[in-house]
Amino acid sequence: MEKFIWAFVVGGAICVIGQILMDVFKLTPAHTMSSLVVAGAVLGGLGLYEPLIEFAGAGASVPISSFGNSLVKGALAEYEMTGIVGVLTGIFEVTSAGISAAIIFAFMASLFFKPKG
Amino acid sequence: MLKGHQTWVFENRPVIIATSAVGGPFESKGALAEDFDILHKDMWLGQDSFEKAEKKLLEEACEIAIKKAGIKKEDVNIFLSGDLLNQIISSSFTARTLAVPYIGLFGACSSSMEGLSVAALLVESKAADCVLAATSSHNAAAEKQFRYPTEYGAQKPPTSQWTVTGAGAAIITRQGEGPRITSATIGRVIDMGISDPFNMGAAMAPAAVDTIQAHFRDLGRDPSYYDFIATGDLGKVGHGITEELLKKHGLNIPPDIFTDCGMIIYKEEQPVLAGASGCGCSATVTYGHLMRRMREGELKKILIAATGALMSPMSYQQKESIPCIAHAVSIEM
Repeated sequence: MEKFIWAFVVGGAICVIGQILMDVFKLTPAHTMSSLVVAGAVLGGLGLYEPLIEFAGAGASVPISSFGNSLVKGALAEYEMTGIVGVLTGIFEVTSAGISAAIIFAFMASLFFKPKG
Repeated sequence: MLKGHQTWVFENRPVIIATSAVGGPFESKGALAEDFDILHKDMWLGQDSFEKAEKKLLEEACEIAIKKAGIKKEDVNIFLSGDLLNQIISSSFTARTLAVPYIGLFGACSSSMEGLSVAALLVESKAADCVLAATSSHNAAAEKQFRYPTEYGAQKPPTSQWTVTGAGAAIITRQGEGPRITSATIGRVIDMGISDPFNMGAAMAPAAVDTIQAHFRDLGRDPSYYDFIATGDLGKVGHGITEELLKKHGLNIPPDIFTDCGMIIYKEEQPVLAGASGCGCSATVTYGHLMRRMREGELKKILIAATGALMSPMSYQQKESIPCIAHAVSIEM
């Protein structure tokens, strides 16, 4: 039960940060999203994001900041195996499933549906 | 003809012999639905893109205005039109369909009154006997170009506005029956440094104030001359700022005759945040709603100050502020 509460609190807190970036600092939705990705990447690089996921579960792995963490995680893992070129080849290693799924499902949806407005 | 610094007074009072307004599904649920000639149930208008749908709106508005005027399209000497899409494609493509001499305008959402001012000038100066002035906007096409595609689901702050899906057209001639254009005040570009595309009302308000002030200054007129004064598409936020600024400058327009087209086109319960915007806003409200009230004798003298934000998607991405303009036209019965 406790795990659910922390997931809710941490996930919600990340969204609050996003909302503040939009409302107070007047960032556009796209800038807000990339800021959270970069923040996740930096935290991941410093080794702070994985502990957050362990603590809050989906509360930390579902928000977009987790995508930044995964980018860095993939790059670092590949770097250790193959050296500096691994940073380039590994960056989409962990996230490729998410990106490919987004492209493929969007393509399939576009075959059957039209945007409403 | 030129009076003061920036106002044209039309001694021959060109006549608006016919007007038309075409709208989309959201407008059909709005407060002025009965003043539209056609209301479409489908955002796509049976086309395969929103841009083509906007062109169709404009074509229909022109066709209806020509039909109502009882003329043929060959009688139109000049077609004046502007819209929001890049390179004003809705206007130019409609001009291709109409095949009449054409001058494209860009005044963003002020295009309605920019077109009407120039139309009156052309008729007054005998450069044309019959002018068709029109403009259009389409909610989904504008969102896609200026903000985010709707399916992206980006949040909008309470200051943002809803682009009208609609087109309006007017036929202006030297003689005939109908409301007459008596003067037009051409606005200056005013930029107060606002760069938030979700707060266009506030960005455009100072331009509206500048033009309205210039109008009364040039003509030595008092606001009580008019029984209805409307700004184009400032919405609640921008209209409030305009009222405040005008008061500060010592111009008191009674609130019961002063409104904004973007505040009256939709119903209170429609989720439009600060109000409506887009070229189609002031065009459909003026050519549909207000012209009907004038023809029925309910309104005698009106002043419409259509406002426009002259930025491009590129300029605001590069963090440029939003230059704005307003053109005011007085119409009398």
